[in-house]
Amino acid sequence: MTSGITLRVDPDKCQGHARCSALAPELFQLDEFGNARERLGTCSEPDQIDKAYVARANCPEEAIIITEG
Amino acid sequence: MARAPVTDWASDWDHLDPAWVGNPYPIWQGLRDRCPVARTDRYRGVYFPTRYADIRKVAYDPDRFSSRRVVVREGEYRVNSPPITSDPPEHRPMRMVLIPPFTPQAVAKLEPQTRSVCNELIDRILVQEACDAAVDYAQHIPVRIIAHMLGIPAEHGDRFRAWITMALQEGVTNQAALKQAEQEISEYFAAQIAERRTRPGDDLVSFLIEARHPDGEAFTDRQVLGALRLLLIAGIDTTWSAIGSSLWHLATHPHDRERLVREPALIDTAIEEFLRAYAPVTMAREVVEDTELAGCPMKKGEMVMLSFPAANRDPDKFAHADAVKIDRAENPHVAFGLGIHRCIGSNLARMEMRIALAEWLKRIPDFSLDRTRPMTWSEGAVRGPRVLPIVMAAR
Ligand code: HEM
Ligand code: SF4
Repeated sequence: MTSGITLRVDPDKCQGHARCSALAPELFQLDEFGNARERLGTCSEPDQIDKAYVARANCPEEAIIITEG
Repeated sequence: MARAPVTDWASDWDHLDPAWVGNPYPIWQGLRDRCPVARTDRYRGVYFPTRYADIRKVAYDPDRFSSRRVVVREGEYRVNSPPITSDPPEHRPMRMVLIPPFTPQAVAKLEPQTRSVCNELIDRILVQEACDAAVDYAQHIPVRIIAHMLGIPAEHGDRFRAWITMALQEGVTNQAALKQAEQEISEYFAAQIAERRTRPGDDLVSFLIEARHPDGEAFTDRQVLGALRLLLIAGIDTTWSAIGSSLWHLATHPHDRERLVREPALIDTAIEEFLRAYAPVTMAREVVEDTELAGCPMKKGEMVMLSFPAANRDPDKFAHADAVKIDRAENPHVAFGLGIHRCIGSNLARMEMRIALAEWLKRIPDFSLDRTRPMTWSEGAVRGPRVLPIVMAAR
């Protein structure tokens, strides 16, 4: 049993820089106005978790929210 | 025209000073340490925050810092180009219309076209004696692609570049040049709009004529014209500068060049780092009411520089901010702005940079700066190499 994370894009903060969807396309998608949404609400695969943190570290608007557990 | 020399960067800075134009980064670091919100009486009073945190505050606060003036220049002349010169709530309608043609999915369709433009330019460079990577390569790429998107002949590109230089470089100190550029661009696009009204095509001019406000209203010709003028001005010398600065870096850092040739998969990360370290675009805002930033009082009606390039070099935000690391993994840089005005063309610019650098490195992997010839950087709101002499290794 690995501990997972919950992943969310704050729609009020996201301005569509598209860094998350470029770095982790399996976790984030863009709508037609270029704003990001999470594809998965939670993830537990270590590889996905790493990518979620990479995406968060590269979002200029600090719009990606990760909660552990 | 000779400018008065700067007496003190903290109280009399001038972004047109040759020291700043040549290498602004040490000046900014000096200011961060001793006076994080500098000021000048030049240009009728402008503040200059150099810390990431303060720049972020300005970008996030359109109520106190308005976009009605976004360029620091001498003279009162104002240019209205929504959405870049609008504040909420007027800002959103035109922005939302312009976004869909510039999403990553939409610009991916332009990749083959971009690749062939780059290769045509390289074909010509390879038979030349001497190469200038800015003049012979970087400056043409965004012009050709935006002309294609607008449905305008590629041959008009020279005129576009002349207007942009008039508006953005000469226009900082010479109002007549700015006005003339504005007028010529407007006349040019008014004719394009009239033509598309009778013969619509699959292009951005026709798209904007057809576009609707959220409430169903069409945009006026004046608004469409303003948006077209903005796309032209915002999209060309910015991307040309970004491609040029990246090639300048690779021409002066052989290890990074060799590594990118060896590891082409690193290109996306390298581009983000070039955008961080050599961010081309500095915007500005007008102070709406008497206020303060980081304890520094600010007067209504004066301007604030919004230096995304300085934010990107703040060591409190980016470890080893002055070192260019083409594999920097954490890079939330703000080259494309922050907040509601985030660059609409960011996905297009990234695509053009990626293809321009990848095609160049494939065909001209071994090159360096030709130090026997002068190189020059542009001055004003957009920074990048304008003359970039290159020697290519004999093959
Ligand atoms: C590397 C190239 C580019 C850079 C560094 C860049 C940078 C920027 C920055 C920093 C802003 C924010 C302005 C502000 O906060 O006042 C901006 C806005 C804008 N850019 Fe770019 N840009 C680039 C390329 C492009 C391209 C290719 C286009 C379109 C063809 C474009 C169109 C726009 C537009 C329309 C806005 C206004 C957005 C708004 O106000 O909502 N840019 N750009
Ligand atoms: S990187 Fe941040 S701002 Fe950009 S699309 Fe993703 S969540 Fe939105």
